[in-house]
Amino acid sequence: MVNSRVIEKLEILADAAKYDVSCSSSGSKRNNKDKGLGDTKGYGICHAFTEDGRCVSLLKILLTNHCIFDCAYCVSRKSNNVKRAAFTVEEVVDVTINFYRRNYIEGLFLSSGIFDSPDYTMERLVRIAKKLRIDHNFNGYIHLKAIPGASDELMKEAGLYADRLSVNVEMPTEKSLKLLAPEKKHIDVIKPMEYLKKEIIGYREEKALNRKAPAFAPAGQSTQMVIGATKETDMEILGMADYFYQQMNMKRVYYSGYVPISNDGRLPMIGTPVPIIRENRLYQADWLIRFYGFRVNEIVGFDQPDLDLDIDPKLGWALRNLDQFPVDINTATLEMIKRIPGIGHQNAKKIVAARKFNRLLPEHLQKMGIAYNRAKYFLAVPHPFSIQKDFTSIQIKQQILSLQHSKYNADFSSQLALF
Amino acid sequence: MLIFLHNWPYSKLMTAMIYDGTYQGWLTAIFDSYEYKMNDVCFLKGETAAIPLFATAHYVVTDEVKARRVIKGLKLRLSAEGLNNLYKVYLSEEEKSEEMMCRFVRYVFTSKENIEQNFSNSAVWDVKKLAKKVKREAHRMEAFVRFKLTKDNLFYAIIEPDHNVLPLVAGHFKGRYADQRWLIYDAKRKYGIYYDLETLSTVELEFRLGPASAKGITEICDEREAFFQELWRKYFSSVNIKARNNMRLHIQHMPKRYWKYLPEKMPEI
Ligand code: SF4
Repeated sequence: MVNSRVIEKLEILADAAKYDVSCSSSGSKRNNKDKGLGDTKGYGICHAFTEDGRCVSLLKILLTNHCIFDCAYCVSRKSNNVKRAAFTVEEVVDVTINFYRRNYIEGLFLSSGIFDSPDYTMERLVRIAKKLRIDHNFNGYIHLKAIPGASDELMKEAGLYADRLSVNVEMPTEKSLKLLAPEKKHIDVIKPMEYLKKEIIGYREEKALNRKAPAFAPAGQSTQMVIGATKETDMEILGMADYFYQQMNMKRVYYSGYVPISNDGRLPMIGTPVPIIRENRLYQADWLIRFYGFRVNEIVGFDQPDLDLDIDPKLGWALRNLDQFPVDINTATLEMIKRIPGIGHQNAKKIVAARKFNRLLPEHLQKMGIAYNRAKYFLAVPHPFSIQKDFTSIQIKQQILSLQHSKYNADFSSQLALF
Repeated sequence: MLIFLHNWPYSKLMTAMIYDGTYQGWLTAIFDSYEYKMNDVCFLKGETAAIPLFATAHYVVTDEVKARRVIKGLKLRLSAEGLNNLYKVYLSEEEKSEEMMCRFVRYVFTSKENIEQNFSNSAVWDVKKLAKKVKREAHRMEAFVRFKLTKDNLFYAIIEPDHNVLPLVAGHFKGRYADQRWLIYDAKRKYGIYYDLETLSTVELEFRLGPASAKGITEICDEREAFFQELWRKYFSSVNIKARNNMRLHIQHMPKRYWKYLPEKMPEI
């Protein structure tokens, strides 16, 4: 029966796509045009969460898991003995539309193994996006993988239909790439990234002048690095991420903790735990760089090339820089308040707004939902609430650790045992 | 009602505002409380409400003009968001939320400047916090509504939110599913919002369809409905990475009370 075949294909091709961790549907605003189907809100919506706790926002599938390459870290590699499948263009369109109409998803994230040639593969991806946009007047979110080596014309067409395009760098350094995917070079992914950057900027400038001009990948481009398959330090990884943010105008860099899938001696053995804590710390550091005004070298450096696993990078920075504290929240700048452990971006803004009305005391902070037990070591507060501030950084760290309940606690113990 | 008696301290001046449960009714009650200088008020819904022993009852007659005047006064002193937060607290339907709103509104009217950012004030903070909770659930409903397609081309979904968020999300669905007829039904409050390809309307009906049963699906649903539900269930389990399982996070993001209407969380039919 046709249906059962589609179910089987979906199982194979969703399973193969799940290692791409990006599932974001944000950053693009597309209105519902001429009473068509769908819109894109700007903020993403997670329609479900898998049992591993990740957001399901898009129908994330490969068009096919046939591939002519043999990258050791990838389940779809040529030499791997897995079931292969391929969707037709019509099947992908039909499932996307029907999932979307039932409010299961925000849109489609389509990637693919490379069959025949990059152009041949890319042409199929573009055809699906085009069908959705033109034939079905679909205004939901579309994320396409840009296949390295595909022609500029196809890349350009892809950008005109998709909200986001991505080229995955996968390996943080050239050395690792050489080890695990000898057929590939970093330049192969840098080139399409540069092309996309140029087009995105060009179209954006045009749109600023003429609102009717077409949009090109309005949600920008993103990329992904696999973490823990090879020996890079966090400094190398964050340095690479910073390069993507600065030089490529990347919207997002994703970090994907390596899930052991192979007995290849070059890679961690099957059964090795996924470095979930490390991945989480990298996201926190990434966040600090993008939204909190931290520079990479404030977070990691030659004297400390890896992030602390037991505490988050903001607390780590504060403990190394106790001379910058205590901070008086009634007078400090927003930038400095954001750097206080336990006070996030939103709460910092609330503090700055609320202090205009009256002087803020610790009880106000507690009421405002600030992690006061964490923040208190770094706050200068008026008497009689004053807290002794002569702890050493080690004492503070121990006290904070004793009261924190990490959402990763369970894994943490097993991971710590490795060090 | 005993709890009520304990919670309200003895006071001759306390007035129980008995209103019809609508937002306009509540706004009218606020208007009346100013007009008749009732300082200490509590709110009760419906005519048959039991009046606390030491309170005098005031029956509020919902009045559009009075309600509009209160709104007008609030608009002068609040941002659109601030005013909207008040409405969200009303939709929360949480116990004592009307009194909370009342404290907030009184503070708004006693101040010359806009006070909605004065987060160290309890009335402001309580409203902000509860409004945020309602907003979060509205956002969740945008995510967790699951439509089923019937034989006569209607996409319908059933929800049972904690708060009355349907009015907050209807616009979102109208904008998104502009080319399909749909109905979202709140099984807890027994009303739905229906979109007929042109406009939204509120419908009150006794909707007897429980969460999917195999029989229900084949009888009333489009022939491909069961297939897409099955496909979605398979998709949902295929994208999970077992080596990363974290049920705590899963349940935190998708609380169990919402599972009833999610095909991906339902056993196979
Ligand atoms: S080219 Fe892509 S799909 Fe093919 S093996 Fe390498 S990573 Fe996997």
